[in-house]
Amino acid sequence: MNLSFFDQFSSPYLLGMPLILPSLLLPTLLLPSPGRRWVNNRLSTIQLWFIHLITKQLMTPLNKAGHKWALLLTSLILMLLSINLLGLLPYTFTPTTQLSMNMALAFPLWLATLLTGLRNQPSTSLGHLLPEGTPTPLIPALIMIETTSLLIRPLALGVRLTANLTAGHLLIQLISTATITLLPMMPSISALTTIILFLLTILEVAVAMIQAYVFVLLLSLYLQENI
Amino acid sequence: MAAPRAHPPTLLPSAPAPRSLPVSPRGGAQHDDKMAQPPVPLKDMKLLDVKLGQLSTWLAMRDFTPSGIVGAFRRGYERYYNKYINVKKGGLGGISMVLAGYVVMSYIWSYSHLKHDRRRKYH
Repeated sequence: MNLSFFDQFSSPYLLGMPLILPSLLLPTLLLPSPGRRWVNNRLSTIQLWFIHLITKQLMTPLNKAGHKWALLLTSLILMLLSINLLGLLPYTFTPTTQLSMNMALAFPLWLATLLTGLRNQPSTSLGHLLPEGTPTPLIPALIMIETTSLLIRPLALGVRLTANLTAGHLLIQLISTATITLLPMMPSISALTTIILFLLTILEVAVAMIQAYVFVLLLSLYLQENI
Repeated sequence: MAAPRAHPPTLLPSAPAPRSLPVSPRGGAQHDDKMAQPPVPLKDMKLLDVKLGQLSTWLAMRDFTPSGIVGAFRRGYERYYNKYINVKKGGLGGISMVLAGYVVMSYIWSYSHLKHDRRRKYH
């Protein structure tokens, strides 16, 4: 029985040294830079194919000025994807379960898109606060609502990622605790919970990938509006 | 009748020419092994070639500056990469070993937390 189910989210320390840095830097070991040969090894080929896929997908809706963000957005999605998926291995620590880290990623990037829009095309950016075709009496209320929705975007981005991953990890821990505890008492129910655990793990793999994609997609949407 | 002409010289000698034994620079006679070890200074020898008695001297002579340590990590990474990943038909094993090592390291790092989670009657 765990002392507290939230112990898995505490940032690990070893002899006083924070271990979040190795956890953050591990994906760099898994993403080798391709060599200068014509045909690279299989790992590099698969990764390059994948990177091209997501870059094309992200950059197609953006105009030419938005393509300057290609490196940032692609590296962001690769980092989030690898960190989320590595967190599903046993005993590992997932840095993206920490709200501090997700807010540190979401807030500056969202602010950058907002300031880009306000600097280069201020009237268009402010014009987004009022959708086309609203009836006149509704205009003041709608502007307040749109401003609120604009200002809550970084919070939503960060908390969405944190909450999804934390909830997933917590569910896995709860159901696996139930499975282990039920095993001596009612093995059939334990088998049922094992099936649930198996399905949940598949869900978590999907959630890990989807959440990374959603984060970056929303950022690219905010960029599209403003650039 | 002319004397029978001598056979033209064959390309391959019928008996192999005697090989001279390799002479070490120090001049002593040596075994005829393929990998004759040239004398290497102790500092540059590989770890598996160092004798046990020389181990402490060897450790003292290694480069422990930050650039030396970074170089050691880089060399280790290159060795692993070129052996398991940068090959023509790499498989899942190369990256699985890295992930398994990461799981083991994470277990070691979080052991002080985990030892409270054992099954026991009274926590």
